[in-house]
Amino acid sequence: MPPARAGPTMGGAMAHRIVILGGGTGGSLTANRLRKEYGAAAEIVVVDRDDEHIYQPGLLFVPFGLAEPQALVRPRSKQLRAGIDFRIADVDRVEAGTSTVHLSDGSTLPYDVLVVATGAVLQPEETDGMTGPGWCDRVFTFYTLDGATALRDALRRFDSGRLVVNFVDLPIKCPVAPLEFCFLADWYLRKRGIRDRVDLRFVTPLDAAFTKPAAAAHLAGLLEQKGIAIETEFATGEVDGAGGRLVSWDEREVPFDLLVTVPLHGGAGFIGRSPGLGDDLGFVPTDPATLQSAVAPNVFVLGDAANVPTSKAGSVAHFEGETLVRNVRRFLAGKPLEATFDGHSNCFIETGFGKALLIDFNYDQEPLPGRFPEPHLGPLPLLRESRRNHIGKLMFEWIYWHVLLPGRAMPGISAQMRRRPAAVVTPTKRGATA
Amino acid sequence: MSTMTLAGSPVEVDGEGFLQDPAQWSPEIAAEIAAQNGIADLGERHWQVIDYMRKTYLGTGAAPSMRTLGKASGVPIKELYQLFPKGPAKLAAKIAGIPKPRGCI
Repeated sequence: MPPARAGPTMGGAMAHRIVILGGGTGGSLTANRLRKEYGAAAEIVVVDRDDEHIYQPGLLFVPFGLAEPQALVRPRSKQLRAGIDFRIADVDRVEAGTSTVHLSDGSTLPYDVLVVATGAVLQPEETDGMTGPGWCDRVFTFYTLDGATALRDALRRFDSGRLVVNFVDLPIKCPVAPLEFCFLADWYLRKRGIRDRVDLRFVTPLDAAFTKPAAAAHLAGLLEQKGIAIETEFATGEVDGAGGRLVSWDEREVPFDLLVTVPLHGGAGFIGRSPGLGDDLGFVPTDPATLQSAVAPNVFVLGDAANVPTSKAGSVAHFEGETLVRNVRRFLAGKPLEATFDGHSNCFIETGFGKALLIDFNYDQEPLPGRFPEPHLGPLPLLRESRRNHIGKLMFEWIYWHVLLPGRAMPGISAQMRRRPAAVVTPTKRGATA
Repeated sequence: MSTMTLAGSPVEVDGEGFLQDPAQWSPEIAAEIAAQNGIADLGERHWQVIDYMRKTYLGTGAAPSMRTLGKASGVPIKELYQLFPKGPAKLAAKIAGIPKPRGCI
């Protein structure tokens, strides 16, 4: 049972107090769903350090002039239903033992249930030289709004030489984004008529193009088709911006004229200051099926902040939302939790020239060919380039603001991954039994 | 999961040869796994890392990441790559007799 505490009352009954840290994708959709279910029977507080909600999938398009930076930003407060208390504050730490959030200004927020949805933070300073000479001059990241905007200007000036795209180590948000950047850069350079003057190279710490074998083979084929070189098992140790060199821990070197890198990621800073809350990278150990934290039964986690073994992606936060909201309700009602989250993740992968791939997977199932969301009908093809998927990716921005964040149901898209028909999963010829 | 004999003792290993039960480990087993993976001699610096891996795993239930190893084991990352070529976090875990570090996705 949740601990008793003094608080507002509703018709004699104590209202639950739910504190949500983070007003991004996971925090906003959770707050809105909880508000819809509880109405005034719960006091819901959302804490974030600023009021700028960035549509992160749009950052990929900024460097190529395909999205306007300012158009990706909306106020966090405006994405939350009326009746949700939004506060701008820095979190100092969480004391799970006393169910209290300590804010940096010294004030405290006691809670019955805490939801940690503070995402992942970029740590470019963790890699030697990355933020040294050349940072934001010939070394860029598109994972921030400022970085993506500065890179757009640098790409406009870039007309020949070595363009290297790299990520330092997993985990990163949206692990396909560096590959998408490669595909779009190929398209962009061709459109400008200078592709033959550019050596485009993808440098990865993995031993293949992607983490999942079936998708990795498909994506490696696309890289080859587009003439993009790949350098695998490259554990970046140092960025030499002045000398234009990427150096690995085992002393290999990749020269560059322009480097597009994805820095190391970690959890939000307060997690490291909160006793027992985080792991060594600042992510929160979380039950992968119930989304309850390991630190205390009344602390739940979703989105990039959790250490669950699936992609750090908005689609995951969305699918987790359903399990999380149900389990917060069950917890507050004194009922056992449901172990229903299956690691479901799906992502559109832009491949340039107005096309995209779509992949769909979970903890157990690899991304495979087929159709989404209906196994045979689609309409979206899986693991195959199509214009429909590209249009799906563009439409998703509207869906994000108007359906996903408000916590409305998405018709036809279920939180659990659909089992694929055997005809598609088995290695027999596709369509043989369809 | 299968059983194999290392340094004269039967141990449970996964498909890639990671011990499933850290209690079945011994320094002799470490030396044998190291030799199978191209490390002929485990020196003092190797042992510093192996001890740290075991201490962390037994204390927290999780193997330390590469980044944590570099910061907290007392052996800098560059040297870790010299001691345990290719993938230090993985190879050191194998030699330390703890399950394979869970990959990030």
